[in-house]
Amino acid sequence: MLSKKLKILWLTAITCNGNTHSFLNYPHLDIFMDTFEFIYHPSIDSAYTLNDIINKEIACDILIIEGSISTEYIKADAPIVDIINKYASKVQKIVTVGTCASFGGMFRESDYKDTTGLHFDKERPTSLFEHIKEKTISLSGCPVHPDIIANTLYSIEKKRAIELDSLLRPKEFFAYTVHNGCTRNEYFEYKIDNHQFGKKEGCMFYDHGCHAPYTHGSCNKILWNEVNSKTRAGLSCMGCTEPTFPKGDFFHTKKNMGIPQYLPFGVAKRTYLTLAGITKAFHIKRLEEDLFDD
Amino acid sequence: MSIKRADKKKEKKELIMQRALELFASKGFYSTTIPDIALSLKMSVGNIYNYFKSKDILAKEIIKYISIYLGNKLKDINEKDISTQEKTRQIVEVYFGVALLKPEMIDYFLRIYLSNREVFQDGCEGMICVNEFVTEIMIYFEEGVECGDLRDQDFFSAFGLFMGYLGGMVFLKGENILPKKLDEYVDDISINIYKALRT
Repeated sequence: MLSKKLKILWLTAITCNGNTHSFLNYPHLDIFMDTFEFIYHPSIDSAYTLNDIINKEIACDILIIEGSISTEYIKADAPIVDIINKYASKVQKIVTVGTCASFGGMFRESDYKDTTGLHFDKERPTSLFEHIKEKTISLSGCPVHPDIIANTLYSIEKKRAIELDSLLRPKEFFAYTVHNGCTRNEYFEYKIDNHQFGKKEGCMFYDHGCHAPYTHGSCNKILWNEVNSKTRAGLSCMGCTEPTFPKGDFFHTKKNMGIPQYLPFGVAKRTYLTLAGITKAFHIKRLEEDLFDD
Repeated sequence: MSIKRADKKKEKKELIMQRALELFASKGFYSTTIPDIALSLKMSVGNIYNYFKSKDILAKEIIKYISIYLGNKLKDINEKDISTQEKTRQIVEVYFGVALLKPEMIDYFLRIYLSNREVFQDGCEGMICVNEFVTEIMIYFEEGVECGDLRDQDFFSAFGLFMGYLGGMVFLKGENILPKKLDEYVDDISINIYKALRT
């Protein structure tokens, strides 16, 4: 009897395999495998080899791409562009996992010529894969959270409508900012800075380069390892889901005469400065003290 | 309350603030009483209290009134598509213009707001009551640095240089020490400020 599982090809391009590592931490992988099967995955046992994928005609429902793409990049003697095109035409959906596959990301800086994401070079749309754009869903992140991969695949399997933003990301996961749900929000509101990475108190937006207020993602809603997030643990958000990633100095807030250059998403400079001026005038003792006595 | 009545009340409120501002700036905060203000406006003392519950509240409302007045003028400059050097000149021009046309406003800021901090402790913490004005100065600095015209530095070191200089000149003018008219200093002072702040 033929398997009714949805067939997935997980194709890696120019990548560190970070999204594969992330996905391997999906806590319900055994249940997931009841619904899906990988015709090929670089790290999970699968029915076919990469050579089979390239040289044979194999049925496939979903193409997952991990890593940045360049016309120069060859995989098992075949250009990655040709492999993508071969399967893109036959699958129901294409899912880019990670910021490299979505926007170019970290490996956009590689030595391969014109390295980009599948449909975007940072925010700029590209034309090479225009013909398959309507099939594509971008799951950005460095890496993307395993729940976001799995839940998107389940939505495809259930044929649910997935509403996307202008960068092809599911709004379900990317309509929010990472700031949403951060346990440091009170410190942000009252402009109380964090003075040391790893501390539980203070906000890291003012001095420590936190990108959370202008980064789209669910890191503080869907927690990592089901327990934590960067900002909750005391490390600034690096904006890894955005097409502008990597922006450079991750641990320092770029300021002009003390005013942050990048402001919370959608907040006008005059509005931000007015609010900041008011809240900075107050001293709230509770928020200036350590939460725990050491 | 009808719109017409609300407008009339707002106008009256501004009239009281303007007159109180003149009296506070010329006679001093503690030497000016609510009856003095009422008398000069031919109003009853009780009616003044219908608009402002206390002299302290009136004092705080006046500094907000000045901040909004100056802030709006600076906002017009900030929104113009002109160089940072030209913005610098126009801000100096506006500040000195206000000092000439409405000297009581600058006097109030320098002689009442900065000199009677105890009056403004509760309700005007930090820069709350001068927020509109300071916000526009912040935007002028921030945009100047972002476009590469101004040197990045601590906000207050730049703010002190700018406002201290202008305040000092208005003070000298108020003491009748300046040999020339205040507006004749606009070019030199704006060049000095820009040279001190530029990259």
